[in-house]
Amino acid sequence: MFITRILQNDRGGQIMLAVLALVLVLVPVLNLLVPAGSPLHMPTYLVTLLGKYLTYALLAVAVDLVWGYLGILSLGHGAFFALGGYAMGMYLMRQIGDRGVYGNPELPDFMVFLNWKELPWFWYGFDMFWFAMLMVLLVPGLLAFVFGWLAFRSRVTGVYLSIITQALTYALLLAFFRNEMGFGGNNGLTDFKDILGFSLQADGTRMTLFVLSGLALAGGYLLCRYIINSKLGRVVVAIRDAESRTRFVGYRVEHYKVWVFTVSAMLAGIAGALYVPQVGIINPGEFSPLNSIEIVIWVAIGGRATLYGAVLGAILVNYAKTVFTGLMPESWIFMLGALFVLVTLYLPQGLAGLVKNLKENRWWHKFSRRAQT
Amino acid sequence: MLKTTDFTRLLLLSVLLWVCSPLQAEQQSATLTQAAPLFQEASFDKTREAVDLLAASGDPEAVPYLQALLDGKLYQDKAQGTLVIAKDGNTGDELRKIPTNNSLRKYVRGAIGQLSLSHPDAAVRLTSANGLLETVTPEMAGQLRDLLEKETDSAVKEALSLGLAMADLNAADKAVRLTAIESLAGNLHPGVRNRLTTMTTDIDAEVAKAAQAALKTIEDTAALYGHVETLFFGLSLGSVLVLAAIGLAITFGVMGVINMAHGELIMLGAYTTYIVQQLMPNFIDYSLFVAVPAAFIVSGLMGILIERTVIRHLYGRPLETLLATFGISLILQQLVRTVISPQNVPVSNPSWMSGSLEINSVLSLTYNRLYIVLFCLMVFALLYFVLRKTNLGLQVRAVSQNRAMARAMGVRSARVDALTFGLGSGVAGVAGVALSQLTNVGPNLGQAYIIDSFMVVVFGGVGNLWGTLVAGLSLGVVNKVLEPWAGAVLAKILVLVFIILFIQKRPRGLFPQKGRAAGD
Repeated sequence: MFITRILQNDRGGQIMLAVLALVLVLVPVLNLLVPAGSPLHMPTYLVTLLGKYLTYALLAVAVDLVWGYLGILSLGHGAFFALGGYAMGMYLMRQIGDRGVYGNPELPDFMVFLNWKELPWFWYGFDMFWFAMLMVLLVPGLLAFVFGWLAFRSRVTGVYLSIITQALTYALLLAFFRNEMGFGGNNGLTDFKDILGFSLQADGTRMTLFVLSGLALAGGYLLCRYIINSKLGRVVVAIRDAESRTRFVGYRVEHYKVWVFTVSAMLAGIAGALYVPQVGIINPGEFSPLNSIEIVIWVAIGGRATLYGAVLGAILVNYAKTVFTGLMPESWIFMLGALFVLVTLYLPQGLAGLVKNLKENRWWHKFSRRAQT
Repeated sequence: MLKTTDFTRLLLLSVLLWVCSPLQAEQQSATLTQAAPLFQEASFDKTREAVDLLAASGDPEAVPYLQALLDGKLYQDKAQGTLVIAKDGNTGDELRKIPTNNSLRKYVRGAIGQLSLSHPDAAVRLTSANGLLETVTPEMAGQLRDLLEKETDSAVKEALSLGLAMADLNAADKAVRLTAIESLAGNLHPGVRNRLTTMTTDIDAEVAKAAQAALKTIEDTAALYGHVETLFFGLSLGSVLVLAAIGLAITFGVMGVINMAHGELIMLGAYTTYIVQQLMPNFIDYSLFVAVPAAFIVSGLMGILIERTVIRHLYGRPLETLLATFGISLILQQLVRTVISPQNVPVSNPSWMSGSLEINSVLSLTYNRLYIVLFCLMVFALLYFVLRKTNLGLQVRAVSQNRAMARAMGVRSARVDALTFGLGSGVAGVAGVALSQLTNVGPNLGQAYIIDSFMVVVFGGVGNLWGTLVAGLSLGVVNKVLEPWAGAVLAKILVLVFIILFIQKRPRGLFPQKGRAAGD
């Protein structure tokens, strides 16, 4: 059907989605149905951790769409992720109501603390779930649209674009650190209680969020794959490989670029919105340029321009991060740094490329044949 | 004939005598002997007369006595009537303390001021003339005029005429008052402003109006100097930006290599300063002269190492270079955290960096900022010279313009690449030495400057040192101009947004490369 047609010729994607489907079924079973004492039982914190990885994977897919297929190395996708997260965080803040420390039914705690008397205008509407979800899409989308429109129309490309996307997220970082911005300043938004009436601490809610993250990842993946397979996707790849030539052939290059960039930003926003209720906090640190550049390395490790590679890279790197920051916190930064260097030097196609190379070379066939003779 | 040594001895002796004589209270000058009986009368009026006498005499020897009177240490020998300055425990029965009261003390202060005004040493005269400004009374006008005529030192003259004008402000004659106000217009002394502010409510409308006008001029002048100060702050911030960015201008601009580890090379330079200071703790004043070449070598070698091991393999793939060098920056940061300390380290300023150059009472330029500006210009000039006038510079430019042709002409492009990268990195290290004098030195020092540096290079136009200079200085000034009304953080955000928009308008920066050098 529709999905199978999208996934035609995408072996990696098929495997990835199959594994994802298996995980989405197994994890709820292991967590909810298997009793707590059993060795097979999956603790809830692990479910949340997996959910977090899935949102990162979605973010990585969004980055791969623009970097792998459009050739734009965005060092600012963390900003779209964080903006989606903030929109969700604002909704969750309003849901706290009078259960905050200061018990103010209207104002979040930090505003009471700053002695604000009334809700700033940009907080209006965030008590409604649908409005907040709309903003999760609209705010990153609009920013990406305006930014992309300005940048692509004046043909800012390559390294310049990377640097100004980095400047963008850096500017937002500085802005969100300011208390006067009305987004909680340094501390960000936290201390969330519930979402749509369900407690965020409950196992059921966490499981739902996990499953939703998985579905969002699958949906995002299929959407990106669909875009790439479509006629528009062909033009996008043509722009990546020979921008001037595509323009001379008669395509409005900047329209394609803006469009894909905006879609990617919206996906990043969704990832952020799913991330925040699971980790329970959003603060300006998410805007830091380091975060954005880390996303790029996930994609690079997994293999750019494959989409499933991005998913693989995001999950692997973050798993390694969890393990190594737990075991030896000092070593992680060294390893991350070494990853950046080694992957770019020796693994330009990432893990996906490595697998492909191995398959094409079939070195083990040669090896086994040589062994026989 | 007197030999010079004899002469100095004589001089020393006389000085010694002069210093000792008032304490011994034996050989007192004529004026003091003259005034002594008046003190004996034990009435405040007579004491005042005595003080007047001393003040009018212009005798510098009277000053310590008046000072003692002020401090309540002046005694008089009951029997002989000579004046004695009491040292501790020198108050026997034969001495009588000379009493004072508040109004008398104020009077004595004025007298001391007047006396010091005729002191032979110009420095003493200047201090007292400046001190006078606070207490000047209209009665002193005549005397000040006399002094002004006799005065030869220009600084003292200026202070005296200011004092005279201040004195005239309270003169009975309206014309005198008006001239005084007029002459004070534009004067920045804080006392003047206060006096004029009180005079704006003068009963005489004309005087009040003149005072307002003068005050306006003063405020305009102060505002002007305020702008000069902002400009100076901006230039010093801009110099920091230029220093941080200029190494990048070489690696990014000339070689087309994105070096995200540039900030960490700056950080290494700052840490080199710290280590140099640890090695020579007794010579902090000279440490920077050692640190600058040391930092150049440390960062330069690190740069060459990075170029040889990583960047060499990535030429022509700018985005990959960006990622790889970012990894290097993470490693260098963590290395400093593990080896030295995750906390900031203390770097001391040499004594010649502290203090400030006072131009007038509203404008003073701190030396460390002044030196940063000079240092930046020096580094820029040197770098410009290297790139324009040396053999290495010629080869660098040749390779950056057309690698294949340069190689065909016999330029060893790999060696040039390594040296260029080393040069850019070394300059980053030198910038680190400068930054260590301005900000905290910690593992995150480089991160704070990397984005700014890129902004400066991109804003100025890639591959153009002049562009970097102009862009850095102007961004610094714009930042400082915005700061007062937007706050430091918002100013920075506004500058960033401005650059983002600017690049949209002129993607190749302020001074784009033209012709073949522009590449694509």
